[in-house]
This record gives sequence, structure tokens and C-alpha cells, in this order.
Amino acid sequence: MSKERIQIAEELFDIMPAEYQDLVKRATYGNEQRGWKDIGNAKELIEEHSLCAGCPESMAFRYILASLPNPEDTVMVGSTGCTSLVFPHVAVHNIHSLFGNQNAIASGLKRALTVRFPDRHKDVVVLAGDGATVDIGLDMTLQAWFRQEKFTTICFDNELYANTGGQESGLMQKGFVAKMAPVGKTFEKVRLPEIARESGCHYVVNCTVSKPNLIEKVIKNAVHIAREIGPTYLQLYTPCILEIGKNSMEGLQEMRDSEKPTERFAYKEYVSEPAKELLAELAAKEKERKAEAKRQLAGQSA
Amino acid sequence: MTTSYRVMPGPEHFLPPSAASMGIRLPDPGQGSIHGTIVTEEEAMEQAARQLLSAKVPTIFPGPLVLWAWNEKAAKKAKAIRYLYETIKESVDSSQHAMLIPMPDYRPKYPKINPEIEINPNHPNLTIWHNKIDACIFVGVHCHQANLSLKIIRGGTNCYTIAMCAQAGHEDAMLSIRDTTADKLIRLAEWVKKLKGSVPPPV
Ligand SMILES: Cc1ncc(C[n+]2csc(CCOP(=O)(O)OP(=O)(O)O)c2C)c(N)n1
Ligand code: SF4
Ligand SMILES: [Mg+2]
Repeated sequence: MSKERIQIAEELFDIMPAEYQDLVKRATYGNEQRGWKDIGNAKELIEEHSLCAGCPESMAFRYILASLPNPEDTVMVGSTGCTSLVFPHVAVHNIHSLFGNQNAIASGLKRALTVRFPDRHKDVVVLAGDGATVDIGLDMTLQAWFRQEKFTTICFDNELYANTGGQESGLMQKGFVAKMAPVGKTFEKVRLPEIARESGCHYVVNCTVSKPNLIEKVIKNAVHIAREIGPTYLQLYTPCILEIGKNSMEGLQEMRDSEKPTERFAYKEYVSEPAKELLAELAAKEKERKAEAKRQLAGQSA
Repeated sequence: MTTSYRVMPGPEHFLPPSAASMGIRLPDPGQGSIHGTIVTEEEAMEQAARQLLSAKVPTIFPGPLVLWAWNEKAAKKAKAIRYLYETIKESVDSSQHAMLIPMPDYRPKYPKINPEIEINPNHPNLTIWHNKIDACIFVGVHCHQANLSLKIIRGGTNCYTIAMCAQAGHEDAMLSIRDTTADKLIRLAEWVKKLKGSVPPPV
């Protein structure tokens, strides 16, 4: 369906750079079963990235972009930080907002899209760093949740301001010393997942991006719940290997170490009652879809 | 307002003033503009054809409005652009090299674009320098991005810019044809054919 919506002009197809030709031929727009397993098989919706080599944010981007259920009708809203340098490579509509304003921009955008396209699902997904989400943008983050704005907020939590060289952030751990925070953090990591729950989010997850299948699941849940019910929040640990003194191969291990049961990124999830009902409905539909596919397959081979 | 300012091939300097701020105005329907002077559309067509025929590397830069088949009109324009390109290619001699290079979108691409295969509005000079382009047509580029690019090109290169604009033309182009349709693109191709052989190739 979606790839037919707009095509490259036939007469000019041959002069289009290969990445656009690939997007038209081999991307997974419109495929409702799209997910992390398409990575390596289909054209990804991220072309390159401009992050440090081995930065876990790049993995997070790939998994998220592979998992969005409706990329052709999704608008992502970013903010200043390491993530903002990646968005120019992303083949999903996106808006760069003034640092911290992302949830205010997303609120207006989601409302406008709902008025403009009443018959189509238009998903809005905010993706910003911890500085943007928890410090400078906290007002906008919380107000959007209080107002029950129907979009997903994703925070790439690397526990500091990476893009500006390592200043302290509210999500930094207590006692942590960074290049531009030499005294060490004097107060605890802000408990934003709990605050999100109390502020009205219907789905909240705190985890690392070490497991692509998990990221696929939480992204799909978060987007579907935001679409139907209300705000959702994902706090994903994407360690800044540069600032914590790891080399490019060590990001994955850092995430695995930090998601152990007693660690700060042990998997935590909150699902509101209405969201639970929706997830159960979706799971039942998925089960039915798989059963139907099986029946058809059996019919074909009979 | 009258002005003595002329929109000429550059390099003018790093930050040329916007031509509009220097008193250059846009043509009305049926008109074109050359260096900021209002002329008839036919005069603009003829001059555009002459510029293309006398350039070493006459190039068309189609933008997203024609690279994608948004609707039938856009698809028709794409076809006409291809025809114009083929016509230029057939009408120039072996010392000249016609090119057709897309501006697929407007994002700032990091770390850099490949100037052999595309042009980017944030640094159009890279593609122009790399391919030694000395005359170009902008077509199907959204207004703001065309204005930005045309000004950068005027500031940093000696390329002659022609805007085949679907709206009212561009002050910062050296030559503007407005309300461009597929038919107008074909008319320009006919001018190229007509003047073939009568315009001296570049020295
Ligand atoms: C309004 C505004 N204030 C400050 C800045 C400077 N600034 C740029 S990036 C950044 C920190 C980003 O930190 P975070 O949101 O955690 O993202 P990260 O780079 O860590 O991924 C800051 C303060 C800015 N660009 N705009
Ligand atoms: S500075 Fe840190 S967060 Fe930013 S790209 Fe480099 S490793 Fe990633
Ligand atoms: Mg950060």
C-alpha cells in the first residue's frame, strides 16, 4: 500500500542516488510485520550515522526504525544533541525542535495531524537525549503527559550531555564525575520512569538497547498505546562510550552489565489498565492472523 | 523602484546580498527576467537556450517536486526534463558535456555529499566546482531551497543560473522563466534545437 503512494518519476529514476532507489525497491514501508529481523534483509530506514564509532545510540536508532509499526505515517520529533546529527540520514519524516521543546512541538503536531488526517493513523514519536527530556525540556515533557497528548516520548539516556562534552544531567548517577562536571554529581539520578507513571503515561519502560527483539516489542507497544490511549514513555540506556571511557567494542557489554537485576537499567515496565486491555486485544488479533496464515499455507499445500 | 544592481554570474563574494534586497523584482505572468531586467518570456527562452548551448557543462538540476511522481503534472514535467536534457546533449559539440544531476532532498548530508551524483542546497557549490558546471537550470526545487542555493552559487561560483520556476521566478537567478509547465520545458528544448549550430561553443 504505502510504497505505491508515491513513486520516483519513471524518466528520472536512473539518476536518483542508489539509496533512494533502494528505499523504493527494498524498504519495509507498509509491511505490518516489519521488525528488527528485517535488518540485513531489507533496506533500513537509516542510511549512515554521524555518531562516534560503536556508539550504542546507532544500534538504538536501527532497532527503533526497523520496529516503528507505521513509518510512512510517522513523524519523529528530535532535539539538539548527538541524536540530532543522525536525523538527516533517516527516511522517516522528522522535525528538529529547539532544545527542550520537543514535547511541545509534538503536542501541536499530533493534534494538527489528527485534524488534517481524520481517517488515517498518524503516529508521532519524540526522540531526544536526557538533557533535552529531563533537564531543559522537563516542563514540556511533563506538561505533555499531564495533558494526555497521544504520542510516544523516547529518551536516549546516556546519563550526561554528550554532544557538548560531558556536563551533568538529571539522569546522571550520583557521584559520577564527567569531563565538564569535575565535582561529581551530588544528588540521585532523577526517577523519571516513576514520574512518567504518576504524570499519566500509560506505558513506561526503562531498559537498555542490548536486545533488538525487546526494543521491537516496546516500540510497538508504546506506539500503539499512544495512538489509541495516551502518552507513553521509553527510557533507553544508550551509554556514551566516549564519556565513560569505553572503546567502540564495549558498548554492548556496558549495557548488559547495567541491566542486571540489581542495576539501574534492570527491565522495568508499567502498563495502565486500559493499555493492558489494548495489548491483550492486539495480541489476540496477532494470534488470529498467524492462525489464518497457517490455515492458508496448509490449504495451499493440500 | 529602479536599481542599477544586476544579477550576474559570480563569484560575487562570500555573502552576496539577496537580489530582492537590491531592488530586483520578479516578472509578471507572460514575462521573464534576465539579470534582473524584465523581458518577454520568449526573450528569456531564447537567452536560456543560448546560455546552455555556449556552456562547457550545461546542467539540469531537477528537485524533489519533479523527481517524484506526486501527480500527473509532475510525471509529465519529469518526461519533459528528460527530453530537454536529451535535446541539449544532442545539440552541443564534443567539447561540451551536458549533465542531469538530481537534488533528491534538502537535508544536510554528513559527512559530505557525492558531488558526482547529486547536488545539495546547503552547499550547491561543491557539485558545481567538482563538475565544472558553468550553466545550470533549477527546476522542481521548492522556493526557499532554490533561493538559498541560487544565492550560494552566485556567491561562490561563476555558474550561470536559470530558474525554470513553477511559481513567480527567482530574483537570485540570472535568468527566470515563471509558471513553468511541461510544455514550457519542451518549448525551451525547441529553442535549443532551433539555435543549434548558430551559437559558438565555448572557447
Ligand atoms: C536552547 C539550547 N540550549 C543549549 C544548547 C546546547 N546544547 C546542545 S546539545 C546539548 C546537550 C544535549 O544533551 P542530551 O540531551 O543529553 O543529548 P546527548 O548529546 O547526550 O545525546 C546542549 C546543552 C542548545 N543547542 N540549545
Ligand atoms: S559523544 Fe557519546 S553519545 Fe555522542 S555519539 Fe559519541 S559516544 Fe555516542
Ligand atoms: Mg545525554
